[in-house]
Amino acid sequence: MNLHEYQSKQIFLESGMPVLEGGVAISPDEALEVAKNLSTNIWAVKAQVHAGGRGKVGGVKITKDLDEVKGLAENMLGKKLITKQTDGDGLPINHVYIEAGTEIVAEYYFSLVIDRAQETWTFIASTEGGMDIEAVAEDTPEKIIKYSVDPSKGLCNDSLRSLANKLNFKSHLSDEFIDFSSKIFTLAKKIDANLIEVNPLIIDGDNHLMALDSKIAIEDNALFRQPELYKMRDPEQENKLEEKASNNDLSYVSLDGNIACMVNGAGLAMATMDLIKIHGGNPANFLDVGGGATTERVTAAFEIILENPNVKSILVNIFGGIVRCDVIADGIINAVRTSNISIPIIVRLEGTNVENGKLRLEESGLKIISANDLTDAAVKVVESVGL
Amino acid sequence: MSVLINSSSKILCQGITGSQGTFHTDQCIEYGSNVVAGVTPGRGGQEHLGVPVFDSVREARENLEIDVSMIFVPAKFASEAVIAAIDAEIGLIVCITEGIPVQDMIAVKAKMQDSNSKLIGPNCPGIITPEESKVGIMPGFIHQKGSIGIISRSGTLTYEAVHQTTHYGLGQSTCIGIGGDPIKGLNFIDCLELFEADSDTKGIVMVGEIGGSDEEKAAMFIKDNISKPVVAYIAGVSAPPGKRMGHAGAIVTGKEGTASAKYEALNEAGVHTVDSLALIGKKMHSVLK
Repeated sequence: MNLHEYQSKQIFLESGMPVLEGGVAISPDEALEVAKNLSTNIWAVKAQVHAGGRGKVGGVKITKDLDEVKGLAENMLGKKLITKQTDGDGLPINHVYIEAGTEIVAEYYFSLVIDRAQETWTFIASTEGGMDIEAVAEDTPEKIIKYSVDPSKGLCNDSLRSLANKLNFKSHLSDEFIDFSSKIFTLAKKIDANLIEVNPLIIDGDNHLMALDSKIAIEDNALFRQPELYKMRDPEQENKLEEKASNNDLSYVSLDGNIACMVNGAGLAMATMDLIKIHGGNPANFLDVGGGATTERVTAAFEIILENPNVKSILVNIFGGIVRCDVIADGIINAVRTSNISIPIIVRLEGTNVENGKLRLEESGLKIISANDLTDAAVKVVESVGL
Repeated sequence: MSVLINSSSKILCQGITGSQGTFHTDQCIEYGSNVVAGVTPGRGGQEHLGVPVFDSVREARENLEIDVSMIFVPAKFASEAVIAAIDAEIGLIVCITEGIPVQDMIAVKAKMQDSNSKLIGPNCPGIITPEESKVGIMPGFIHQKGSIGIISRSGTLTYEAVHQTTHYGLGQSTCIGIGGDPIKGLNFIDCLELFEADSDTKGIVMVGEIGGSDEEKAAMFIKDNISKPVVAYIAGVSAPPGKRMGHAGAIVTGKEGTASAKYEALNEAGVHTVDSLALIGKKMHSVLK
């Protein structure tokens, strides 16, 4: 789960980390009010969306004229922001963050991530601040500095000092950097963050470190123990269908093709998309109905699939392990009847009680095309779209 | 022979009295697995599914010989359960539980640094040596004793690989579902090493998916250390970057973790890769001919 910049900065502030004075607004008038109350003569108006790359597409505006703040906020609020990290539709701007401007002496990249390769937390830093860090890693890998925390020993100040030196932080800046890093580490553990990114971390006009931007991602699996953070969730920033799916315990990802898939198991769901692609089709979604593919879940899955207007055909691919194929077949039949589906449905069943399952589909009188195996299913579903 | 488990493996189930624990332990016993005890705090002294229940892993261990612990404890408490098994020096820990916070897994891995325990999972179907012992949630009947070792990050894809190798009459020596989480116990390399040393295993199937770089590391390892033929399939060629595809670990971040990078590494290592899931069994059959 991602947090907005304004939420992340509030958390930074509460954790004693250096952020600029600022406030959030949901209307142009409110934006002006917030701006008036900041002790500054330069203002930044920042669109709050769950995506990076805002600056390049007009999502961050700076002004020295207080009266301009309202207009800048007006131009953003209610619009959608398309950045290179969003899809073609972009994300809605429902909040703007008004922040006091500052002089920037130097910019750095700084983050703390859960590093799957090292199986621990890793700090990532670079003197190339404000840039797309993946591009920096690709073009100039020597400019990326890392420190992985040994989980059995915990954070080591000496290693942080070394990191500070590599970034050329001298005297008090080195101390500020160590303090900042320690606080980020404590915070990440406390709030179950799997990413805290500060890009850029800057040296301001008074020669102090300051978090100019901040991004926090909370581990989804840990939300059960972070009720306060869960309240900060902004469903407006999430794909509607993906959200509906997750409320039904389904895992769904929208794609841009026209063949919908319904599969049990995440791996098999991906493999099914791949099969469709191999045979010349284009998947409309990833959908894992999970191990217990009950009638209710299958029905909910059909509903979600059909809300995508691009869908021309559906491929159901189930390997019945613990769940029996005949039970799944009943689920499919019920769901098709209740949802009144008119587009072709190709079903591939395999596993426990597969013969019974196929028989049920056949005897249902519904126009369900049964496939003999994986390849047959992919070929048939691609054909059904072509017709 | 087989790897990690066989008919004589003595199995403990942590979380045996819960609904998942009860259902699947019962299925394991039915398959022929040698389940000797269960653990549920507060239920010590009772009997469940015909085996004694203890309050703690330690007490079970003090009273009985135990080789394997199978964990069905809910995600909230699962890392504690794994650590309890590590503390009790259980040789093999199989954690089925899905949804464990990744920070908890960092703590588990730290704990494992000074331990001889091996961990499979979490978020996995478990491990099975066909016709001998099943420790997990896989459908037993699709398996057949044979010569292929299977290693997979995904449950249902393991079943597909099993189904196909059974269909071609190859059967399986042991199948290990290593799980779909980013931080986990045994990885591909650990399992490849085990299968290389196992005289019953003639060929190895590796089923990977997008995310991380375990498949690339495995490819490097195979090049220098594995003499047996390896057939590999990677799921997620068509997955968009930045999106989590069901499994917590299945996400392409930046340039890392793409299926094409993994295929490239595996091809370079001389692995027999297939681009379609449907071809795993056929490929292994033709390679071993």
